[in-house]
Amino acid sequence: MAEVSKEPIISIENLTKIFSSGVFFREYTTAVKDVSFAMYPGTILSLIGESGSGKTTIGRMMLKLLRPTSGSIYFHGKDIAQLRSRAERREYYRRVQGIFQDPFSSFNPLFRVDRVFDMVYDVFMPEVRDREARTREALMRVNLNPDRILSHFPHQLSGGQLQRLLIARALLMDVEILVADELISMLDASTRMGILNLLVDICRDTGMSVLFITHDLALGYYVSDYTMIMHQGRLVEQGATAEVYHNPVHPYTKMLFRSVPDIGRRWDPKEKFIPEQVTMEIDEFYAENRGRGMVSVSPEHLVLMSVE
Amino acid sequence: MAADVILDVQELCAYYRILKGDVKAVDGVTFQVRRGEILGIAGESGCGKSTLAHTLMLRKPPLKHISGKALFLGQDIMAMGAEEFRKLRLSRISIIPQYALDALSPTKKIGEFVTDLVREHGIHPDRSFFAKVEERMRFVNLDPAVLGKYPIELSGGMKQRVIMVISTILNPELVIADEITSALDVSSQRFAATLLVELREKGIIGSAIFITHDLAILYQIADRLLIMYGGHVVETGPVETIVHEPRHPYTQALLSSLPKVGVQIKDERLEGIKGTPPELLEIGPGCRFRERCPYRTKQCEQTPVTENIDPDHSIACWHYQEIGGERVG
Repeated sequence: MAEVSKEPIISIENLTKIFSSGVFFREYTTAVKDVSFAMYPGTILSLIGESGSGKTTIGRMMLKLLRPTSGSIYFHGKDIAQLRSRAERREYYRRVQGIFQDPFSSFNPLFRVDRVFDMVYDVFMPEVRDREARTREALMRVNLNPDRILSHFPHQLSGGQLQRLLIARALLMDVEILVADELISMLDASTRMGILNLLVDICRDTGMSVLFITHDLALGYYVSDYTMIMHQGRLVEQGATAEVYHNPVHPYTKMLFRSVPDIGRRWDPKEKFIPEQVTMEIDEFYAENRGRGMVSVSPEHLVLMSVE
Repeated sequence: MAADVILDVQELCAYYRILKGDVKAVDGVTFQVRRGEILGIAGESGCGKSTLAHTLMLRKPPLKHISGKALFLGQDIMAMGAEEFRKLRLSRISIIPQYALDALSPTKKIGEFVTDLVREHGIHPDRSFFAKVEERMRFVNLDPAVLGKYPIELSGGMKQRVIMVISTILNPELVIADEITSALDVSSQRFAATLLVELREKGIIGSAIFITHDLAILYQIADRLLIMYGGHVVETGPVETIVHEPRHPYTQALLSSLPKVGVQIKDERLEGIKGTPPELLEIGPGCRFRERCPYRTKQCEQTPVTENIDPDHSIACWHYQEIGGERVG
């Protein structure tokens, strides 16, 4: 694996996030538990999980929108919790950016879309002189016609166009890590492929690395080099995408793959499929493998065999 | 009309009548639902698939029925008054709506919601009725105790099951399921979709129309597929035929843009469809896909006639014969 020899851009170690709620009776919810992984240049890492698994929480901690309860995130070896000054934080955001599911909520409807580019220049690159030319170049790179995009309002553009626009913005800033949280979930089948292909091309060309957060297993398989499966706050299985998909070990991963609707392969009609059953299977699996913890089943494949 | 047809929709047009003009969301749609089948209706956002469901079940302004018929066992439901149709709704035709998960009132327990609903339809919810509800709850692997719970206490997948139990409680002959799997996790998707098949097999429901953007789910459960684009039906046929031998350029492009487990970008690059669907406001005649279609000619400016390739497979495209059947997947 060529990427391992390189330094990771970002590495995450034993990350845990516990949310508390309630005033008189405090209740604690563990959203993310003991998560570790690293991201290397030019790779796409997909983080797959169902709703409530904590995948978005990880993305939000990487973007410094949430503070981890314990554990650390190192960006080029430096703990991001230590980035205190404005200048340091600005530098971090110049390199680490996020794109979210709903493109319409990323834009202020009262302003023309050009504003997102102006803000990038004003905040991160005030020294740049040829703003217009650079913006146009970035837009062309994401297959948008600048004349049909610039000086329009968000509601005049489609969801796919807005997502491309946000990718163009990331290109402008030389982003190293892009946290793409359900980036294409709101887009139609016919438009999302263009965006995915674009994202992959950009990674190959610029060395940008993407954390592709999704619930869609088929899309995850299509784009990613590495896959992480998340369940109830823990990474239960991770490794090279083909390895994880074709030789799943953890009962949760197996259950997910059994339920993916795939064209050309029907669900087993004889199997009595009940989603809740997996909880029991996981408990049995952990009990059988007590004390083993995270195990490497092959060089590029880690499985959580038990929890303490 | 053939005896095994339960719903016969003929040249149905339903427009959103707004200040700027008519949005032609359902424009000349013809299809049949046969007894005991699950008909899948697929298309992208804005193709008119949900509008079609609303036209059949609950038309509210600005949505307006313009022309065409929808014969439910020979009776035209488009010509029925609101009162008359209310007698059919829930008991004989039922809809499982999109966003059903948010349809439950947050301040009412599930049981109260069921009571109110069936009262609306003139049924007295007595003990034997609730015995049936509880039996159905167990059938979908829910503890009947959920009847005493508030919606907030249930997960999305559980709420969807509750909605499916309630919508089918009176054993309707036709169920219209509108995007019932879209907001669910993959495991709950499989459960909800399979449940619809099981309900049919147990004879609880007769036929179903399953509307979704997700062709992969339809492949799992539908008997026949109907593909919509821009308010028109472009292709209809048995699932295997549509999926493996699509003839319409849109169906072909749509299917080849779908990711599958086993296909990685480094091995095979899937392409989307260039361009965007047409604006349906005051749209003129012609094939609605022509702007994005590689095969378009002058002739495509006239609305294509729907032709049967074989008795079960129909297509609306001027050029399907030259294009040929491209085998996908």
